[in-house]
Amino acid sequence: MSHSVELSGIGMTFGTTRAVADVNFKVEPGEFFSILGPSGCGKTTILRMIAGFIHPTEGTVRIGGEDMAGRGPNQRPTAMIFQSLALFPLMPVWENIAFGLEARGVGKAERRKKADDLLRLIALEGYGDRMPGELSGGQRQRVAIARALAVEPGVLLLDEPLSALDLKLRQHMRAELRALQKRTGVTFIYITHDQSEALAMSDRVAVMSAGVLQQVATPRELYENPATPFVARFVGETNAIKGRVTASEGGIVTLDTPMGALRGRGTAQAGQGATLFVRPEALIPGGGTLAAQIDRVDFEGAFALVHGRLPDGSALTASVGSTDLARAPAPGAEASFGFAPEHAVVLADA
Amino acid sequence: MRELYTRFGGGLATVFLTLVLLWVAAMIVAPNIMMLDYALRPNLPPAELGGPRDVRSLDNIMYLANEATHRAIFFKTVWASALVAAVTLVVCYPIAYWLAQNATPRQLGIALLLLIIPFFINEVLRTLAWFILLAFRGPLNAVLQWAGMIDRPIRWQGDGGVLAGMVYAYILFMLLPIYNAIESLEKAQIDAARDLGAKPWRIHWRVVIPHAKAGIATGCVFTFMLAAGSYVAPALLGSPGSRWFTEVIYNWFFEGGDWNRGAAYALVLLVLCLAVVLITLRLFRVNLADVAK
Repeated sequence: MSHSVELSGIGMTFGTTRAVADVNFKVEPGEFFSILGPSGCGKTTILRMIAGFIHPTEGTVRIGGEDMAGRGPNQRPTAMIFQSLALFPLMPVWENIAFGLEARGVGKAERRKKADDLLRLIALEGYGDRMPGELSGGQRQRVAIARALAVEPGVLLLDEPLSALDLKLRQHMRAELRALQKRTGVTFIYITHDQSEALAMSDRVAVMSAGVLQQVATPRELYENPATPFVARFVGETNAIKGRVTASEGGIVTLDTPMGALRGRGTAQAGQGATLFVRPEALIPGGGTLAAQIDRVDFEGAFALVHGRLPDGSALTASVGSTDLARAPAPGAEASFGFAPEHAVVLADA
Repeated sequence: MRELYTRFGGGLATVFLTLVLLWVAAMIVAPNIMMLDYALRPNLPPAELGGPRDVRSLDNIMYLANEATHRAIFFKTVWASALVAAVTLVVCYPIAYWLAQNATPRQLGIALLLLIIPFFINEVLRTLAWFILLAFRGPLNAVLQWAGMIDRPIRWQGDGGVLAGMVYAYILFMLLPIYNAIESLEKAQIDAARDLGAKPWRIHWRVVIPHAKAGIATGCVFTFMLAAGSYVAPALLGSPGSRWFTEVIYNWFFEGGDWNRGAAYALVLLVLCLAVVLITLRLFRVNLADVAK
């Protein structure tokens, strides 16, 4: 069972603070949908509005096509996994998992059976009588997921649930969450400020900044064709070079910059101020128009990041695959970089 | 102990320990031993002190066991004190929950101020205020009659008056421990319970109350002991039919002039209070250290 979630014209004002403004998107049934943004961008507010903890001051939330106005969190087909997990510390694991069923008046024997089934699903068979405090971080994480799944929600809402885990465990839980979502077919709406998390797991990602939705797209689309300068900067690493458009033809824009004429994909019109964004991995050392003074080279394992400075003083970062390290310029040297116009994006300045 | 010595050094730590021991000996152990001694000896004129009749026995305590009226007052004091604790709990829990989980900092400040201000006034005067409010021709009866809720004045003084006065007097002792306990409950747990479909009573029964258990036990123990040892409220707000055990003790000391019997009665009250407290803590599965916190 899974439901669609549709937000239309959603706005939220706390006192005089406008937390969210005119947000519209539709999550399809069974989709893994992420909302990505820096802290304070309004993503948690949106999640809490979908869950029913707060009610939007404007617009409507529809779940499975039904208007949710006036319905509290206990009357919606959603279940939430909290950032802190919010397991009940004084109840054994199985009672935690079965709490939603207890609230629905399910008998004890059936509750226990369902809890044991779910414990098997999350590979914690036999842990039912432990207390949450006796489990490791990753195990608690899985119990929180089982507790939410026990009420058979149509939509699972996840509020940065992996943020407390260490890197290895986080990567493992990412894969596990993704597999669980595929297996159960439940719609997942996942909140995160970690762009690699959003890109790796999601079918589609919504990027938010300062309460405004910037772009809703597949991870690849987001990375290759950012719709706004914010998305270009926030999702992945990028180099930004400001200039003025001199020509725009066939989807390729020519930009006049302090480093000379640069070309990239875009639709900005001649005469507009615009910024060219090019990813570190699109920069090819040797033979190009971008001459940089190299400050340092950081070896990261799979690749090395070359940090340099352009003649106008702005920073430039290029990445060189570790099998190609021989081509990486040395710190202190002068090096030039080039890139193919189809690997750069030009966005008009707001 | 070792930590005390490593932190403050030998001299200062020894001073601290000596002060604590002196305090315990002079303020707790000595008076209670004296009271125990008094309780076991008969009440004799000065000339016979140390004489052949001055031997220790359980006579004074047996007197209470055989005296039907005093025995009745004793048990009534115990269950009425428990009732005071129960009513105070019912009054305080919703306020504490609201203050801890829903109130804005501003509302919290105002509410706490309003609750604490009356305690700037002496307990006797506060109880006197209730005495005036509840008087036969007092404001409460006047208002009720004016509102047409009663035909003629009600005599509030007695059990009802004592209960009202005590609940009022001990609200803070119940409210603050419960407030502290609920305040430390992570809000997300209440959200999670709501999200999983639990109705308010289940959220309280399964999540809030288990978390606040130590605070509730502390509040109940405080209130019970204060009520059982209270003198002013029953003396002012009670009636001859609602005598409190402390009044009986007072009478032995200051009207009967029999300190020995008074001490025996006080000793019985002390032992019983201790028993009630320990049983309550056992029932709540809370230990004394939690209460002390």
